[in-house]
Amino acid sequence: MRNISAKQTQKIAMAGIWGGGVITLLLLIVIIGYVLIQGLPGINWEFLSTNPKGGLSGEGGILSTVVSTLYLIGITLVILVPLGIGSAVYLSEYAPNNRLTRIIRYGIETLAGIPSIIFGLFGYALFVTALSFKFSILSGALTLVCLLLPTMITTTEEALKAVSYSYREAALALGTTRWQMISRIVLPSALPGIVTAVILCIGRAIGETACLYVTMGGSAAMPSSLLEGGRTLSLHVYYLAMETNAMGKAMATAAILIIIIILINGLTNWLAGRFQRKMKGIS
Amino acid sequence: MTVYNFNGQACSEGKIKAENLNFYYGNFQALRNINLDIPGCAITAIIGPSGCGKSSFLRLLNRMNDLIYGSRIEGTIELDGKNIFDKDVDVVDLRKNVGMVFQKPNPFPISIFDNIAFGPRQHGKKNKIELEEIVENSLRKAALWDEVKDKIEQSALALSGGQQQRLCIARVLSVEPEVILMDEPCSALDPMATLKIEDLMRSLAKNYTIIIVTHNMQQAARVSDNTAFFMMEEDRSGSLVEYGSTSKIFTNPKDKRTEDYITGRFG
Repeated sequence: MRNISAKQTQKIAMAGIWGGGVITLLLLIVIIGYVLIQGLPGINWEFLSTNPKGGLSGEGGILSTVVSTLYLIGITLVILVPLGIGSAVYLSEYAPNNRLTRIIRYGIETLAGIPSIIFGLFGYALFVTALSFKFSILSGALTLVCLLLPTMITTTEEALKAVSYSYREAALALGTTRWQMISRIVLPSALPGIVTAVILCIGRAIGETACLYVTMGGSAAMPSSLLEGGRTLSLHVYYLAMETNAMGKAMATAAILIIIIILINGLTNWLAGRFQRKMKGIS
Repeated sequence: MTVYNFNGQACSEGKIKAENLNFYYGNFQALRNINLDIPGCAITAIIGPSGCGKSSFLRLLNRMNDLIYGSRIEGTIELDGKNIFDKDVDVVDLRKNVGMVFQKPNPFPISIFDNIAFGPRQHGKKNKIELEEIVENSLRKAALWDEVKDKIEQSALALSGGQQQRLCIARVLSVEPEVILMDEPCSALDPMATLKIEDLMRSLAKNYTIIIVTHNMQQAARVSDNTAFFMMEEDRSGSLVEYGSTSKIFTNPKDKRTEDYITGRFG
């Protein structure tokens, strides 16, 4: 083969990079587009406002599953976010570089690699049985917290580490305590990264099925408290696709699922943006 | 001997006193047996080649080196007669009293107002009118008010490098320190911005004790009342070679090494 000039190499590299980008985008458009095209016609008020009635043809709507999903995500985030940020702050700002810290980090990395169904079995053993929370949204949420904590911690820690050391020095040199420095400068500066962590976790929480099946059960009834079981949207999609012949309803549910994900991401970004503008004094 | 600063004020002697100071990063000795008596209300320059420990010394004065894992100190540094390494010294109070300006301008990514108000707010000042007063005074003292008074709510990152550095000086002034440490404050700035900072330093020296680390000898000669020359020993630890009034150090140095350095024979 002849020598390729630098310009040609650049062209090939650019083509590769562009190609990668275009393929990714196309995949996204095709998947979302397919689900929406197949699903949207099946969505109507009745579908949204009634609970699933079961049966081989998948009678009824999805109201209780939407409520269960939002309920589950809400409870999960309320526990997950403070715990995750707290751990990340400890690891990034306070933990000395010693053996204990290394063991903690190793533990987190290992946890991140464990399949979700193992967390499901653990959640079943601990929350459902030992703590007798039964098949409930609480059991499901606590299991999700265990599952997502490693992601939340590592992503948040990366965001904290990306905050320039010079901000920390400047704050401390003004005679602030370490906590003032962290809470007033480091955490707000790291907010976009922390929001990314939260969105990542929401996405995974919405997508989980297996580990929730064994901790929340699959009841399609409307949950009236934390200690009642429920069925999430993903679980309902799985149920419709595998147990009934109502493929159209499965697609419609999937479309709702995608719309909810987009809405939650948008909302989180909007909140973070508002907070950051306020912090930058633009408001 | 009474020392007079640029403004003809008599300097109070012994504002900061380092005695038999040794400083280590792990096993590496960065500073060896430093004895230095820094007068108040004057500008003291610390010069020397790279790696001679001048920044390490400066960062001991507000205990910023506490943050470095494995660093160790022997000897004492007294501020107004009190050893700053004593157990009963609160490092937060010390840093409030001994402010620091860094090599690279480092304003927080927030508004100009919030940058200056940050320190006072953290120290418990909440009153809006009081904060506005502090912000204006600090910016005036830092000769930045006229340039930014109409865009005080805009992000500090939109300012030029020289303005950012003056903002950082204003931020230090907002917590009313007595001593201001400057770690090569002009090394990232152009000559015009540098000139402005130097003018500012001279006007601040009326009320503040300023210690500046610089690798720019002309700068030391231009702005400082006293100059300390640091150099590396053979084991790479830094030590104080010569210390005296700036005019003496630059016109009639006692030590051969000082002469070699200021005439540009090395470093």
